[in-house]
Amino acid sequence: MCLAVPMRVIAVKGVENDFTTQQLGVVEAQGIEKEVRLDLVDHWPEIGDYLIIHAGFAIHTLDAAEAETNLRLLRELADNMQAAAAEEKQ
Amino acid sequence: MKYVSEYRDKKFIDPLVDELRRTIDRPLRIMEVCGTHTMAIFRHGLRSLMPEGLELISGPGCPVCVTSSAHIDGFIDVASRDGVRVAIFGDLYRVPGSHGSLAKAQSMGAQVEVVYSPMDALTLAEKNPQQMVVFLSVGFETTIPLVAATILEAERRQVDNFTVFSTHKIMPPALSALLGDPELRLDGLLCPGHVSTIIGAAAYEPLAANYHLSCVVAGFEPVDVLQALIMLARQGREGRAEVENAYGRAVDWQGNLRAQKLMHDVFEPIDCQWRGLGTIPASGMAIREKFSRFDAEKRFNIRLTETPEPKGCLCGLILKGRKNPADCPLFGGRCTPLNPVGPCMVSSEGTCAAHYRYGRA
Amino acid sequence: MKMTETILLDHGSGGRASQELIKNIFLPQLTNPVLACLEDSAIVDTAAGQLAFTTDSYVVDPIFFPGGDIGELAINGTINDLAMRGAKPICLSLGLILEEGFALDDLKRVILSIQGACRKADVPVVTGDTKVVPKGKGDKIFINTSGIGLVDRGIQISGKNARPGDVVILSGSMGDHGITILAQRAGISLQGNLRSDTMALHRLVQQMLAAAPGAVHTLRDPTRGGVATSLNEIAEAARVAIELDESAIPVKPEVGAACEILGMDPLYLANEGKCLALVAPEHADRLLELMRSLPEGVDAAVIGRVSEGPAGRVLLKTAAGGTRIVSSLTGEPLPRIC
Repeated sequence: MCLAVPMRVIAVKGVENDFTTQQLGVVEAQGIEKEVRLDLVDHWPEIGDYLIIHAGFAIHTLDAAEAETNLRLLRELADNMQAAAAEEKQ
Repeated sequence: MKYVSEYRDKKFIDPLVDELRRTIDRPLRIMEVCGTHTMAIFRHGLRSLMPEGLELISGPGCPVCVTSSAHIDGFIDVASRDGVRVAIFGDLYRVPGSHGSLAKAQSMGAQVEVVYSPMDALTLAEKNPQQMVVFLSVGFETTIPLVAATILEAERRQVDNFTVFSTHKIMPPALSALLGDPELRLDGLLCPGHVSTIIGAAAYEPLAANYHLSCVVAGFEPVDVLQALIMLARQGREGRAEVENAYGRAVDWQGNLRAQKLMHDVFEPIDCQWRGLGTIPASGMAIREKFSRFDAEKRFNIRLTETPEPKGCLCGLILKGRKNPADCPLFGGRCTPLNPVGPCMVSSEGTCAAHYRYGRA
Repeated sequence: MKMTETILLDHGSGGRASQELIKNIFLPQLTNPVLACLEDSAIVDTAAGQLAFTTDSYVVDPIFFPGGDIGELAINGTINDLAMRGAKPICLSLGLILEEGFALDDLKRVILSIQGACRKADVPVVTGDTKVVPKGKGDKIFINTSGIGLVDRGIQISGKNARPGDVVILSGSMGDHGITILAQRAGISLQGNLRSDTMALHRLVQQMLAAAPGAVHTLRDPTRGGVATSLNEIAEAARVAIELDESAIPVKPEVGAACEILGMDPLYLANEGKCLALVAPEHADRLLELMRSLPEGVDAAVIGRVSEGPAGRVLLKTAAGGTRIVSSLTGEPLPRIC
């Protein structure tokens, strides 16, 4: 029920909330491109946004700021562990 | 792959494993609600990294596992009708009903198409106007809005040979029903990341309050799972029973309101039978009267007949987290992924399938 | 084990269902010591020497795909089955079953591919047959091939010969062919640089055997069922255990991404231009270097080791630092949402 992957927006087709136009975006990851539906997305994407893609639909915009904060904390944790290990060796 | 690979990086995982070991100071029973979590934990070998005292129990969040035998039989019934072509997610292909699976129905002449998206089923209908295309639909809140959007699109395009056979279910009522069982004794819930993307972290607040349960929303990469487990361990240590969100990059507190609205516009809650759990009030999602021409059950006048569970099969108790696959007399002998008796074995994320495929290395 | 009453698609997947069919239906009737070995090709001892003999059928759909087509697949696949026993391919047969209505232009295109593959590999098709079935009773084109090769005396390459200490080498990136075919399915429409890796490996094998005679114990091309199934079969046949290092297994980024999107595991996807080589550890470095110097093996990597036991078990050390068991494929890999 939960298989979804983050992919980067490279094109947006159609107009938000105007269903006479196709609600489609094109996303990519590692050179793989896929056309996805934007009917459900929390806010209309811009090129460069990352979207969480589930079964051909974007279900949310990935909060890149949140991700970067988390990754920064993880890097700190990793660096601290490395430093502690180096100290122990001495 | 960006925003995936980083969360699988060993240099981040090692300190988290360490931190988890240091944080656990008492036995903790955590339910992995979502089958995708069960699979992810096995696939990345996280079980072998878990510290002593942390018990991970699989829960009912496997939409294929909890689909009743009667519904599978209903799927096969529809698939076997003249002029019908069914479209399914791959997960459904081998699930056994009371007398065979869709794979078997296909071998007997039924037209079964595995699709990646419900929109593919709609496209199939448009390309084959002489056939009735029925999308056999399973899934929780991650998937229901997609099907809702597809039905709305079918309406816009005025497609009249497309219907949906909905066996959709929603999580919170099932969790409440489970947690009402005093024998379950849980300390916390590892909450499903992508369901939460739709329903929001706030959805678990009643559970935390009513059952004094720590709830942490978790993503599916090793780093995500470990971070969430650390937060659960901390709550355990500090005696807190709160909802926390460890998957902030994909989940916010209120969830995706637009997706929720679409889901409720097209579907409405009904009482529903969960395989192994019995009938749970307001836990299923049925297509509203307004969209009944897209409702396969109505178009085909499908009668669902209940059948008893296969003898010896413990899927029900396993789904409730009361038993483990190893406890089941059929596990690995009469019941294997190739010849499954119950759905826990055949679903790609079923508890028994995960244990069988990945073992306890 | 209880068998189903009808043939299912899973029986053709190369995984456990296929093995059940062989065990329960074919072997009981057809068994003889040569067949019972169930290797990529059979070795038959004759006055002329050790003959390798193999047969294969190709039913892939779509018949044209990025990186190749059914014709090229057939030629390379059959050559590889011979090569996996250390045989020098001599010649091939080509049997075609054509569906009424199949476009002649498409047939010409397939034949051209076959000719191209034969020329490139320097292995001729020396005999053939064609049948036509009514529309609906086939699927465009089915191809059956067989191949004959010669194995030099003293060469003993077999699944049973893997032994503890052996180094497991994979000749290149994993999952390319399988994901390319899956991505072509109607409705999936993934665009990207996915290409089948179909390639003949007989020259690579001959060079390896010349460089380190006796050091190559087992060769296997991990086609349907993937690396996971091939290694399980080898571990079972040789009564050994195999340990794999996930971080060491080469997977192209685009293949990895496509697998993530569809929920597939590249360990179970078909490879049509790669081989697994289980080799004596003292020769592993040299063989790896040799493989990497050849076009067929540029991305070759050591992916694991053979260990004492438990017999038949394949264990993966995950990139996350944990361990898990890798079992054989059960049925046809399908895209999933859960």
